[in-house]
Amino acid sequence: MPKMSAKSTQTLAKIFIWGSGFITVLILFLIIGYVLARGLPQLSLSFLFSAPQGGTSGEGGISTAIVSTIYIVMLTIAILIIPGIGAAIYLSEYAKDNWLTRIIRYGVDTLAGVPSIVFGLFGFVIFVTALQFRFSILSGALTLVCLLLPTLIRTSEEAIKAVPRSHREAALALGSTKWQAIWHVVLPAAMPGIATGIILCIGRIVGETACLYVTMGGSSAMPTSLLSGGRTLSLHLFYLATETNAMSKAMATAAVVIIVILVINTIINWLTHRFQARMYGGA
Amino acid sequence: MKIRRGWKWFILPMVAALLVATFLLVGCSSGSLGTITENGSTTVQPLAEKLAGAFKAKNPDVNVVIQGGGSAVGIKSVNDGTVDIGAASRELTAADPTLVKHLLARDGIAIIVHPSNPVTGLTKEQIIGIFAGNISNWSQVGGQNKSIDVVAREEGSGTRTAFQDLVMGKALIKSDAILQNSNGFLKTAVSSDSQAIGFISMGLVDSSVKALAINGVAATEENAKNGTYPVVRPLYFLTKTQPTGIVKDFIDFCTGPDGQKIVAEEGYITVE
Amino acid sequence: MSRYFIDRNAKYLVLVCASTSFIILAAIAIFILKEALPAFQHVGFIHLLFGTTWRPTMGGFGILPMIVGSLAVTLGAMILAIPLGLGCAVLLAEVAPHRIRQFLRPAVEILVGIPSVVYGLVGMLLIVPLIREIGGTGYSVAAGALVLTAMVLPTIISISEDSIRAVPRRYKEGALALGATHWQTIWHVLIPAARSGITAGIILGMGRAIGEAMAMIMVTGNAVQIPNSPLDPTRTLAGGIAVEINYASGLHENALFAIGVVLFILILAINSIAILAIRRGRHAQDVC
Repeated sequence: MPKMSAKSTQTLAKIFIWGSGFITVLILFLIIGYVLARGLPQLSLSFLFSAPQGGTSGEGGISTAIVSTIYIVMLTIAILIIPGIGAAIYLSEYAKDNWLTRIIRYGVDTLAGVPSIVFGLFGFVIFVTALQFRFSILSGALTLVCLLLPTLIRTSEEAIKAVPRSHREAALALGSTKWQAIWHVVLPAAMPGIATGIILCIGRIVGETACLYVTMGGSSAMPTSLLSGGRTLSLHLFYLATETNAMSKAMATAAVVIIVILVINTIINWLTHRFQARMYGGA
Repeated sequence: MKIRRGWKWFILPMVAALLVATFLLVGCSSGSLGTITENGSTTVQPLAEKLAGAFKAKNPDVNVVIQGGGSAVGIKSVNDGTVDIGAASRELTAADPTLVKHLLARDGIAIIVHPSNPVTGLTKEQIIGIFAGNISNWSQVGGQNKSIDVVAREEGSGTRTAFQDLVMGKALIKSDAILQNSNGFLKTAVSSDSQAIGFISMGLVDSSVKALAINGVAATEENAKNGTYPVVRPLYFLTKTQPTGIVKDFIDFCTGPDGQKIVAEEGYITVE
Repeated sequence: MSRYFIDRNAKYLVLVCASTSFIILAAIAIFILKEALPAFQHVGFIHLLFGTTWRPTMGGFGILPMIVGSLAVTLGAMILAIPLGLGCAVLLAEVAPHRIRQFLRPAVEILVGIPSVVYGLVGMLLIVPLIREIGGTGYSVAAGALVLTAMVLPTIISISEDSIRAVPRRYKEGALALGATHWQTIWHVLIPAARSGITAGIILGMGRAIGEAMAMIMVTGNAVQIPNSPLDPTRTLAGGIAVEINYASGLHENALFAIGVVLFILILAINSIAILAIRRGRHAQDVC
């Protein structure tokens, strides 16, 4: 076969490239479209606000799952913020290029790759059993904190690093201590980026299943305290598809989850644009 | 340049508002008389949730928490004292700890196939042969010339253990059978595959699958009740000792006329 | 509290924060190993890792079929996701006009956020019946690989795109100045220059694929056997844990933790390679 000209190779390549993009978008539309098509008809205000009734037909709505999800999101973020942002501050402001920093970075990078189910096993051993928190929102939240730490650290570190040096230098020139400069100048300037990271974590919590499957129990009742068991939306979706005949309700729950994810992504994109505008537009 | 603190002051009030709203919502349903915790069999779980809901409607001051986990977990947890009630979907064996059994309902295990499958019944030997892998084509049991897709539950499932004990006996389910980890997924697998065969709780059978007759006996509630259908297993609520207080009230409710009405509605067999 | 006091001690506070990641990592390793130890002791290392029969209720604890299953679905996913992902990354970084990019990039990010149960559900309801048409029961290595491809694609795309974008402009301009076509520049200059980042992205995706549990138990059929063809059912390591963890007790439970140990070590190895690849790449690029 004669050697193809550079021009035709390029055309073929471009067809392949555009094809890849097309397929990717196709996958996205397929998934979202299928879920919304099967799930949206079931959605109604009563579905959102009534509790699941149990039973093999999966009657009722998803109110308890929504509440459990909100509960665990807030608990997780509340616990996550200090170690997460603290670590990010250390890595971007204080860390020197020595063995200690390398160990810390190794810890963060490797933790990021551990699969969710392994976190679930870990949470089961420590929080549910050893610390006797039993199957509860607390156990789930603590497990999630371990899972999400690397994510928040990475995004926060990037946000802090993106703050121009001039900010810090200006503060120090005015006589502040290093910590004062960080707390009063750098952090507030990095806040949009950090907020983006937090919202990213929220998105992951809503979608997380494997590690919560083993630590939260499967109760569909309204949680009354941090030590009650519960189901997040994703877990409820799984149980509906698993235990009941109500595949359409499962799809409806999936639709709710997808809508939440879409909203979260939109917020993140908006925040990122504002963040970038301020960074490149400001001093 | 303006140093903005806008973000902090935006996020904090929002979080506080959300917290308040949630606590208000949650505070509405509190169990001031006490809480009953249950976990165990996933087959029993939907039934238990329905029963719990009805019980709570009559006794709003009691909180009943129903969780899953599987028969093995239920037995272990109630023995450890982690929960008040453990649910099991099989008979207790010598290997299990001694617990007080409260018969909640009986549940037949239905052998199911795709509705389009021309086979309507099998003998017990044929079923054993199919699930063990010795019979691999539908034509060998009076069906079409297609291979048989065997679907089963995972090891440790109460439903699978009951099926193993009541049907398979000494024979083992073949190692390359498709395993689904719940009644629901198993039903989905069979309802979408015209060559599939599987087993699920009889209470879960609906029009998306067809239940086969065993040794000529149709898989109906009637036959399960009167004992002619051979594959029936008990659904138990287990307690460590004789129950007292609200736990006793709940179990009495479930085994009493109100609870049994719900048992029948859900498609299970009531107990006298 | 004077501000100097705060300043001196703040350093230690944030250091403690930073160490939590490593401490958690170590804790995971220790506790999971501890729970898995009885399995290693009673079942034996060789039988556990290389045995081919998994029947926990009868004392069979061989996880080799699950190891093969994990590798099979991951390999399948990588074969599909690498070309697709690279192609899409090149599209985003070099070829697509700005308007298309504004639409495509958020689309990729949404794919990242979709929960694994949804992927599994769609796989179970759409992909499995499709594969059934080709042969077998539909629950198969192929189904697992397809679902994993969709899950891993966005990771590969975004990291590869960032890597390609990070290549210094002078590389591209130099190639074009010498008369290369756009595609020749991309294929012979840009992609090789970005290869450390792309490799890191691929390895990260591979790590995610091996660790995926929930979606896999819905589409692979969970049969513990070494698959003979892509249409055969199989079980993955992560899926194996998820499917039985709720029912297991005693030695069975220990065996599941042993699977967790194997998974953990596998991921550790993959991630360490990735970290090395990124660092090497950074040094190589600084030289130029």
